[in-house]
Amino acid sequence: MNNEPLAIPTMAEMAAQGREPEILFWVGCAGSFDERARKITRDICKILQHVGISYAVLGTEENCTGDPAKRAGNEFLFQMQAMMNIQVLDGYNIKKIVTGCPHCFNTIKNEYPGLGGNYEVIHHTQLIQQLIDAGKLKAENGESFKGKKITYHDPCYLGRGNGVYEAPRAALEILDTELVEMKRCKSNGLCCGAGGAQMFKEPEPGIRDINIERIADVIETKAQVVAAACPFCMTMLTDGVKNQDKEQEIKVLDIAEITVRANGL
Amino acid sequence: MIAQLIFIIILAAAVYFFGNNVSKIRRNILLGKDTDRNDQPALRWKVMAKIALGQTKMVKRPVAAVMHFFIYIGFIIINLEVLEIMIDGVFGSHRIFAHPLGGLYGFLIGGFEVLAVLVLTACIVFLCRRNVVHLKRFTGTEMTQWPKSDANYILITEILLMTAFLTMNAADYKLQLLHFGHYITAGSFPVSSLLAPLLPGSASALVITERVCWWFHIVGILCFLNYLPYSKHFHILLAFPNTYYSNLNPKGKFTNMASVTNEVKAMLDPSFVPENNGEPARFGAKDVTDLTWKNLMEAYTCTECGRCTSVCPANITGKLLSPRKIMMDTRDRITEIGNNIDKHGKDHQDDKSLLDNYITREELWACTSCNACVEACPVNINPLEIITEMRRYIVMEESQAPASLNNMFGNVENNGAPWKYSQADRFNWAEE
Repeated sequence: MNNEPLAIPTMAEMAAQGREPEILFWVGCAGSFDERARKITRDICKILQHVGISYAVLGTEENCTGDPAKRAGNEFLFQMQAMMNIQVLDGYNIKKIVTGCPHCFNTIKNEYPGLGGNYEVIHHTQLIQQLIDAGKLKAENGESFKGKKITYHDPCYLGRGNGVYEAPRAALEILDTELVEMKRCKSNGLCCGAGGAQMFKEPEPGIRDINIERIADVIETKAQVVAAACPFCMTMLTDGVKNQDKEQEIKVLDIAEITVRANGL
Repeated sequence: MIAQLIFIIILAAAVYFFGNNVSKIRRNILLGKDTDRNDQPALRWKVMAKIALGQTKMVKRPVAAVMHFFIYIGFIIINLEVLEIMIDGVFGSHRIFAHPLGGLYGFLIGGFEVLAVLVLTACIVFLCRRNVVHLKRFTGTEMTQWPKSDANYILITEILLMTAFLTMNAADYKLQLLHFGHYITAGSFPVSSLLAPLLPGSASALVITERVCWWFHIVGILCFLNYLPYSKHFHILLAFPNTYYSNLNPKGKFTNMASVTNEVKAMLDPSFVPENNGEPARFGAKDVTDLTWKNLMEAYTCTECGRCTSVCPANITGKLLSPRKIMMDTRDRITEIGNNIDKHGKDHQDDKSLLDNYITREELWACTSCNACVEACPVNINPLEIITEMRRYIVMEESQAPASLNNMFGNVENNGAPWKYSQADRFNWAEE
């Protein structure tokens, strides 16, 4: 049942057929272009297809939300992007959006309404939690995480930024594994170092990089898997693990990837 | 009679000078730009009750929370005693509440004494944390001589005031036992009765001790009151309005600049007519007067505890940025502007600004906008908002963003993504 080929519908195709999907999957720039994040994007599609939700993506009609511009202080560019995106979203009569990126999530959910874009926006970890709660998604027929220690790194714009702490953990709790918390977690979580447009510049001079500081927290838990829920955290954590020569001991996996593996999708 | 007169003059002068300084701070705060924080009053009262009155954000650090709670509750409750002292001072009475309150009075005094001991303990612990243990949180580039001394002055003053209070009670208690003059029996004095043996035995020496401590205590309190507007200790007052006017939105939500919306709409639609054609405001903040009154209120509310800086990922990893410094610089700059107004009139310009003269660009660009500082602040101060406003000024007014960020802006504008990829390739992930 899980071997059906992945079919990824676009809004344009759907509209041509006179159909409207239940939910738009907003992929985001990292999810579209970053090699590692693209894999996660496909995994989110696998989950959507597996549970039979009617969804679509914007494909080449999607555009940067303007988040990095806004955090860096370029409000002009942010609002240009926002208004263009709102035109596209409203053109397709979109009401509900799921996204794999906490930055896109925060921007569309919190900052687009003031510019006329009103949508129900959820993060993919929230969708996974909803599907688990509804009994549509389990952790079976796939890789077993039993006996493994997993820790979860809270992305700032999902956790502190929007108070989403439980949904990603719910997705890990069904794994029959040991979920261990880092000393700095939930509202006390330490940033990976990529937010506020830091992803796109060199850090200021200091004694060490932020992701190295964070990886020390991960190593301290002795977890074999560190779960992420943000493409930028993914990059920073992966680099941190590499930097500390822990690639054999510690895997960095997105919540969507873990879900796909646990269900053999 | 003379004592009453002297007391009334001191009290009136203290209230006058305090009122004067508070109104200057109020004026300085209102030099900030307008922002509406009057919506949802019910929720605002609730936030204030929880955060300021209930101190719920303090508990993240339990030792500090317990010690701070002793001082806080001591401050609030011992004020009942100060009320009695005021009335006694004005009318020349002695322990005026003792008679009408009867047994309750003895209980209250007992409670005050226990609180005084707790306050003393907490102050000594706090002094040790700052001067003996040298807790990292109380160090840093912005913790120069004055902030360090300020903290010590506050703690030493509180120790002196509590000591005077207990010594006064001890002398009073001993005089009561002697049935001397107007020193009526007024309770059991659970703590000061233990100190009584340390005091002289003669009634006249006891009266002098009691009077000296009484005057020291109340004049000390009035001096301390007038020290507040010059000190980080002003937080005991501003914590309440500051939490009432908290940002009620999710922390990830940044403000959308209305001035920019007008320009963007005009760009996208030439027929668009902006709603108000007021004065062309500056984009972002170069100086403190470009910030909102709420930012400035926060600057005066900050008590330099350093919880923000101790959780800042940039600061932890050795970058220059310290959210506490952002708040202290903002306060020092608006105070400087206020002093200039007092000295040279309201249109005085001093060729200085918050950006560059106080806060460097290196500090601003080190921020990851992670909101850890905002989350950590026990009184809901938001250093991130000031950092963002200053970035906006640098980017939109000066076009002085770091080159790599300018590249990112260019990519977003031209390719619809922060990296140099073609828009046409955006859906390639589907074909892997």
